Amino acid sequence: MRKYTPKNDLQKKSYYNDRFWVAPQTPKFDPSSDSRFCNDIKLLKENFKVLNEYVELNFLVVTINAKDNFNVVKFFKEELNYRMLTEVSAIDYLAQDGEFEIFYQMLNLKGRKRARIKCRIKEKQAIESVEPLFRSADWSEREMFDMYGVKINNHPYMKRILMPDDWQGHPLRKDYPLEGDEFAQWYEVDKIFGKEARDIIGPEIRDAAMIDRYDTKRFSRLGHEVPYGADITSGEPDTPIQYQEDGGVPLIGKMDPKQSKNIERR
Amino acid sequence: MQQTNRLKPFFENINFERDDNHMVVNFGPQHPSAHGQMRLILELDGEKVVKAHPDIGYLHRGMEKMGENMIYNEFIPTTDRMDYIAASANNYAFCIAVERLIGIEDKIPRRAQVIRTMLLELNRIISHLFWLATHALDVGAMSVFLYCFREREHALDLMEDYCGSRLTHSAIRIGGVPLDLPAGWIEDLQKFLDKLEDNIDMYESLLTENRIWKMRLEHVGVIDEELALSWGCTGPALRGAGVKYDIRKEEPYEIYDELEFDIPVTDTKDSYGRYILHLAEMRQSKRILEQLIPKYYESDTQLMAHAPQYISAPKEQIMTQNYALMQHFVLVTQGMRPPVGEVYVPTESPKGELGFYINSKGEPYPYKLKVRAPSFYHTGLLQDLLVGCYLADVVTIVGNLNIVFGEIDR
Repeated sequence: MRKYTPKNDLQKKSYYNDRFWVAPQTPKFDPSSDSRFCNDIKLLKENFKVLNEYVELNFLVVTINAKDNFNVVKFFKEELNYRMLTEVSAIDYLAQDGEFEIFYQMLNLKGRKRARIKCRIKEKQAIESVEPLFRSADWSEREMFDMYGVKINNHPYMKRILMPDDWQGHPLRKDYPLEGDEFAQWYEVDKIFGKEARDIIGPEIRDAAMIDRYDTKRFSRLGHEVPYGADITSGEPDTPIQYQEDGGVPLIGKMDPKQSKNIERR
Repeated sequence: MQQTNRLKPFFENINFERDDNHMVVNFGPQHPSAHGQMRLILELDGEKVVKAHPDIGYLHRGMEKMGENMIYNEFIPTTDRMDYIAASANNYAFCIAVERLIGIEDKIPRRAQVIRTMLLELNRIISHLFWLATHALDVGAMSVFLYCFREREHALDLMEDYCGSRLTHSAIRIGGVPLDLPAGWIEDLQKFLDKLEDNIDMYESLLTENRIWKMRLEHVGVIDEELALSWGCTGPALRGAGVKYDIRKEEPYEIYDELEFDIPVTDTKDSYGRYILHLAEMRQSKRILEQLIPKYYESDTQLMAHAPQYISAPKEQIMTQNYALMQHFVLVTQGMRPPVGEVYVPTESPKGELGFYINSKGEPYPYKLKVRAPSFYHTGLLQDLLVGCYLADVVTIVGNLNIVFGEIDR
């Protein structure tokens, strides 16, 4: 029987897994025992529902409800003095839970400390934009939408940012194919010639490194030059290679390696 | 609405023919001053910019997707292609993130730390020289471009002597550096540094009091503290706004906490201030490099950390010991398996805060990899920064922010 490959996760998988391997965890601490973050987490817990909190590799990590995201980021900015939003992105857990994890990374310049605010949303659920608080969220959230298709409410200009406006699919999702999909191979052809010309033009070759030995439309071989489009499956004639220097063209000489010299220093 | 089946110029929400005095200008994507493939759509009232809309994505290669489908060591050469002006800074930002994730950050040998710091600072000088060259060329000072490129060429020679390539270095590995410095490299570096001081003086004499240079840069592209923090500006753009925050000092990594250097800050907040800042930073990098030379000679010769679970043993051991060979084979074919967890390590690249967010599930491939590139936010800033300035200043501002499209589009 053919091996079943899941369609909702097309990422590369490790080809060998030890059955008894248990992956270690990064060290995590309780933030209330950390002198840098104990005050922050105390104030945050008084005002919002915190689902989970720990300190991991110099970061205060808090998990909150998705509907609180705007207010929590505002609280971090205004009350806890985290004045810079350095990163917003999503993690795709659609295959496991049908959810996205959104995280906001914030920086407190005075206290030299960083926090990561995480929340989870369902696939079609929208999340409130934090752009009114931080202008940097304008582009981060657009990128998040472009790459994951996460819907953002009240964003000033919700459009794709890196991919073309008419692109289909969201590239960083785990179910996005790794080598271009059915749509990608016709993208340029449809745009330039129209869908009706698909039969004439053929799909776009998306493997840039592919060389077809018998393709005389795109490739020609030195020493075996044949007319454009000729069929060479049954062999091709040799054409001699002529170099200008051999024919005695004025002012052009053939390089003699013995007379050249390597410069040691500039 | 766009017709996707015909090639037609398509500008949604942009009307080129207008009834008022406004004009819409398309700047780029193939503009020599855009420093890469950036398209700016500018709405002009006379010569004043009323609205600016940067359009990016022309160099998008899907590096984050590539990273999620590669083992950790495989990804290092790809990071070279992000900020291709200072490739070692990207290599380093990725490697330090993985090292912190697997918990070997404090096991990096001393000599590797010294060499890494040297490479990072040399890359900072290379990047700043390139920035000054292209920025001056944009504004109209052709000869500065030639002088800076001459100097940068010597720095690239040093990089080439060390790792064999000029732009895509891949000179830093997870766990250390692959090679020791070649014989005579330190002497060459010292010669380069001696000349650099004079050369920076020369750039200053050509530009700092130059009337045209001052007219083009002073009071142009003013970024105040509020705007800089709101847009997540880092590096020279943040310090140019008067905020003294340098990750090398505030959240030190490698051996920056042992080195003496100053953080230049300006409070003029304009392009001219940031120009002065870049020159001052080059002098500080020179100062750091000079302190590193004696530290190099004092260090032991080990180059890669000893962590057999994650990092291959040295070549001699692989060739002589069976167990080291087995470890090496597993690490090369399957890749290392870091602990489950998330990591983000900020580093001060020449452009600003560069960091890799890695979410590991204990697999040889990262579950999620996100690059926090400084230029991405600096380009977004153009939306707010260009409004109200003149069309001629657009080139100054774009050049002054030191954006590189390899890391914006990734």
